[in-house]
Amino acid sequence: MLAFLGRRVLIAIPTIILISIFVFGMQKLLPGDPVLAMAGEERDPEVLEYLREKYRLNDPIPVQYLNWIGNALRGDLGISLRTNQPVLELIGQKLPVTIQLAVMALIIAMVIGIPAGVLSAYKKGTWIDWVANTVALSGLSVPNFWLGIMMILLVSVQLGWLPASGYRPLSEDPIQSIKTMLMPAFVLGTAIAATLMRHTRSAMLGVLKSDYVRTARAKGLSERVVLVKHALRNALVPIVTVTTLLFGELLAGAVLTEQIFTIPGFGKLVVDAVFNRDYAVVQGIVLCTGVAFIAMNILADAAYRVLNPRMKDQ
Amino acid sequence: MTAILKTRGLRREFLTKKPLFGAPTVVRAVDGVDLEIETGETFAIVGESGCGKSTLARLLVRLIDPTEGEVWYDGTDIAHVPAVKMRALRRDLQFVFQDPFSSLNPRMTVGALIEEPLHTHGWVDRSARKARVAELLTRVGLTPAHADRFPHEFSGGQRQRIGIARALATGPKVLIGDEPVSALDVSIQAQVINILEDLKDEFGLTLVIIAHDLAVIRHMADRVAVMYLGEIVEVASCEDLFAKPRHPYTEALLAAIPIASVGARKAETRLSGDLPNPIDPPSGCRFHTRCPYAEASCANERPALTDVGGREVACHRVHEVQLKGLAEDAPARSPAAQARFQMYRAASAEKQKPNP
Repeated sequence: MLAFLGRRVLIAIPTIILISIFVFGMQKLLPGDPVLAMAGEERDPEVLEYLREKYRLNDPIPVQYLNWIGNALRGDLGISLRTNQPVLELIGQKLPVTIQLAVMALIIAMVIGIPAGVLSAYKKGTWIDWVANTVALSGLSVPNFWLGIMMILLVSVQLGWLPASGYRPLSEDPIQSIKTMLMPAFVLGTAIAATLMRHTRSAMLGVLKSDYVRTARAKGLSERVVLVKHALRNALVPIVTVTTLLFGELLAGAVLTEQIFTIPGFGKLVVDAVFNRDYAVVQGIVLCTGVAFIAMNILADAAYRVLNPRMKDQ
Repeated sequence: MTAILKTRGLRREFLTKKPLFGAPTVVRAVDGVDLEIETGETFAIVGESGCGKSTLARLLVRLIDPTEGEVWYDGTDIAHVPAVKMRALRRDLQFVFQDPFSSLNPRMTVGALIEEPLHTHGWVDRSARKARVAELLTRVGLTPAHADRFPHEFSGGQRQRIGIARALATGPKVLIGDEPVSALDVSIQAQVINILEDLKDEFGLTLVIIAHDLAVIRHMADRVAVMYLGEIVEVASCEDLFAKPRHPYTEALLAAIPIASVGARKAETRLSGDLPNPIDPPSGCRFHTRCPYAEASCANERPALTDVGGREVACHRVHEVQLKGLAEDAPARSPAAQARFQMYRAASAEKQKPNP
């Protein structure tokens, strides 16, 4: 297992280098001048030149890249052009918030999606299957921002059960933190639950037709054992794949939801950075997200080998 | 001898996918089967692909529910007992599946696969279960150390033996094999068949074997039922059936066995045409469309399975037609082959003569 993980990490290195080149190159292609954004009202050529010199924007692009990647390897992702904070510190502040949101959304999605998928596969063609599919389709079709606003209206304004905003970090005030995260996590979770339900259903449909499920029934096992022990465990590989990919998406894609519930997370940081031509921050964030995606994929690969003993030989 | 498994008017219909308009079509995979399987015998069910023999096997242990009819085991109609009671009965009625590659859960070790039914059927003591698993593995020619491996690490023959060990774990009284050897190489088939026969004597099992390979059946079975399009057309002792078939379809099946003898003459009976569509089976005797002895009247009425001198046959003309079985001696050679053999003998006699 360790050798396998080591190999996967080695393979990931060229991927990360490619991502970094890509991120850096895209930044340079964006229209707009960060120095102008930084200088604000100031249009004095000398000041602009001074700023360019200070942030080494006059160097050739490959040199700029090497400077950046060299510093990044030492844990220095540069300084935000806008707030003058180190990028790593900014990410360190915002990332835990988004991770908390993503984990909560994922838990909600799994609690809803996997049992619904199993049930709808088991009761294929009945009204249960039909209802589950209809609900899933609605979950996929309803836009996050609309559902978010409706939930604020109903749960916060009308019923007053949960606060619409006022996020506190988990370490400072756990109850308030979870309370404020519950609605956004639900909004994100329902959309993901729908995807998860559809994948669980199709994986289970395949497995339920297999001969070893019939063998399990012939043994005289109860339906619950047949479903969970024999069928679901074999259907888990595609479910794990989808779950890890969805988690990666959640880290980067919660922008709208974070805006609606005014959560100071990663998504807000990205949007602000892009609008302000805050090169260093955007680069840092995209690099971090890329590395996170790769890490999730390696974890998923490791999970396959635990789930499927046949993969151990390969 | 008493019957351990008995079916009465067993019928199973499958519905094809419902079209947008109109009713779905009905396929009668098993249509009105009455069988009595006696304690301790090896009972074979034979027929060509699609005749409903696998469906019948599954009905016998209620892996699927019948549309109509009864299956009696030990004074219980298992086709209609509640699911909980049926699960308890599975201890006595076990099944060996056709495909040893797909019928074992790939995520569980061999030990866990064999142990699971023990756990379900009341073996509480963990060490006793482990000992039983080791004993079963040894019994089917594997070693106790194999218990920690996964199914994919074994060959087809070994996997089928694992399947047999699994089926025997709870000490069943009836073992049903749905084509238990047809997925295996011929060299491995004999090995698995021998294991099944040994275990049958050792555990006092009643074996029900589904097969399309007549050589396997002739080797193993005490009695044979021949199936055609969801119906039983003949039931007889293995010896009688192979020596002297009484149903034209049985004769045709036997005639299809290749004879390993140079220049042997093939029997003339051959089936013409394909198996009719089971959605719309022929009227009257279902075999009349392909039967070389059929008369116009055969299309009118469905023949019932009737006792004909110690065996059961469903044919209107059973007393009129004389059928050929498998001759015990090598069949006569064709005139051309005889002439060639004579020339060969003369030539070799010439060679033997000492040179003058």
